[in-house]
Amino acid sequence: MNHIALKMLTGDKGKYLGIVLGLTFASLIMTQQPAIFLGLMTRTFSFISDLGLPDIWVMDQKVQFVDDIKPLQDTELYRVRGISGVEWAMPLYKGLLKARLADGTFQTCNVVGLDDATLIGGPPIMVEGKIEDLRRSDGVIVDSEGIKNKLAKPSPTPGGKPIPLKVGDSLELNDRRAIVVGIAKVTRTFQSQPVIYTTYSRAKTYAPRERKLLSFVLVKAKQNENHRELARRIRERTGLAAYTRDEFKALTYQYFINNTGIPINFGISVALGFIVGAAIAGQTFYNFTLENLRQFGVLKAMGTGNWTLLRMILLQAVLVGSIGYGLGVGLTALFGFAMRNTILAFKFPWQLLVFSGAGVSLICVFAALISIRKVILLEPAIVFKG
Amino acid sequence: MAALNGINLDILMGELMMLVGPSGCGKTTLISVIAGILDQDQGRCLVFGEDLLNMASRNKLDFRARNIGFVFQTYNLLPSLNATENVSIPLIINGMKRAEAERKARSILEQVGLGARNAALPSELSGGQQQRIAIARALVHSPRLIVCDEPTSALDHETGHTVMTLLKEVALHKDRALVIVTHDARIFNFADRIAEMDDGHVVKVRGSLQHTTH
Repeated sequence: MNHIALKMLTGDKGKYLGIVLGLTFASLIMTQQPAIFLGLMTRTFSFISDLGLPDIWVMDQKVQFVDDIKPLQDTELYRVRGISGVEWAMPLYKGLLKARLADGTFQTCNVVGLDDATLIGGPPIMVEGKIEDLRRSDGVIVDSEGIKNKLAKPSPTPGGKPIPLKVGDSLELNDRRAIVVGIAKVTRTFQSQPVIYTTYSRAKTYAPRERKLLSFVLVKAKQNENHRELARRIRERTGLAAYTRDEFKALTYQYFINNTGIPINFGISVALGFIVGAAIAGQTFYNFTLENLRQFGVLKAMGTGNWTLLRMILLQAVLVGSIGYGLGVGLTALFGFAMRNTILAFKFPWQLLVFSGAGVSLICVFAALISIRKVILLEPAIVFKG
Repeated sequence: MAALNGINLDILMGELMMLVGPSGCGKTTLISVIAGILDQDQGRCLVFGEDLLNMASRNKLDFRARNIGFVFQTYNLLPSLNATENVSIPLIINGMKRAEAERKARSILEQVGLGARNAALPSELSGGQQQRIAIARALVHSPRLIVCDEPTSALDHETGHTVMTLLKEVALHKDRALVIVTHDARIFNFADRIAEMDDGHVVKVRGSLQHTTH
């Protein structure tokens, strides 16, 4: 009877497309909006993700997220280095400084100061130049998005396209000259400010004079050392906060979840998408069954049992659900691919596929159940009504 | 108010019995009970010696699938299935493989004169052709009883006559009974017996019993 169920479903192309489009829309909304949300939230800890080498981040106890800098004294670095299980510990400066551009305007930048000797904590991908070029006088490395947009030089012709910064160009950081010696690709940050890398000692000269300037101590654990255990030891011995990379990401993520309206806004979008998609698909599928009630009645009169009819309806629901889901996630993936080089945040992990798959299945099961009820209660004698 | 009351009627194998009467007199209710798709509140209805009221629902479904063929006023063909697929439905319900069922369906379509239109959808066929497909569907699994509800009322006189001729020639058989509910006085002459109904009663049976009662 399966081929009869499929023919009944696809016989009326208009209705069939209506159900599939309803489910496609539901699936699209259920994946596209959360993918943007996840992309956005991933950017909150993109700086941590980009620094692959350190296992543990040490900071002031009051730090709530990665951009919440509460400087430490430089001596804290030596205390951390003295703890057993630490392979190495390096200083990292991170701060928001104003860069003066060629046209005299100012742009706030994320300045990162790396350990002078090792340059640990540098950008993940160099587009132009080498990280060692930071050792050149006044050298800075700028992120590839920043040079094209916020740090770009104004066009010589009014209304023309800005000219990207290039290696050799200079800018001013806190009245001190900085020369671009390299261009790096970094993961876009939540605030989307340009990222400028330099050495730790040079970063301290760019930063306003303060008693304490060390933002983080980056720690590499010895081989076979338990990271959580080492972080616990660092906390105990120094009184500072110490997190593994994943813990620090989670802390940052949680801060944005708790303190911004982003999850609620996106949650509403997703919930509305689910409700609208469920309503469209459920209603269309239910109407489809109602309109086919007479056909089900004929099959019932001829001796088809309720279980067979139930199987037929479930098959129809599974088919439209699978096609709608496939099209929806396909469109989301296409959207993400099309937006990959834009400012739009987008992250599409497998968990989202499972989530939307469960959502679409729920819609289909719900629609099928209310339809099945009608068919099971159907009196086959309706076939004799004109 | 009871839809049927005090009915006492035998239908014979090899007989074409017509149930006639005004609208609302209980004709359709009676064939629904006979076909096992409606349960009566009281009384007994034996079909081939089986009391359908006391039959388990699974057995009743099997009984209907094997023994009853249906022809409806509005044909009730599945619009997205072609003629062959529509005719093969009773065989598939009875567990026959699809390919075999469709082969048999094509053969019965030849018998009703629609061999050339076996791939046509109902929407591509005239009313008369659709009713012939419905007759083929009612016959394909060789049921012992065929119930027809107003089989000619949606057709013009000539087509109705053709459909009745076909029913009498192809469907009627010594091992099979036909019960036809109709208003259409033009086809009364096809009946072996006519039961006139009114107000839920059989008021008169015209014709005579000539066969063994079942």
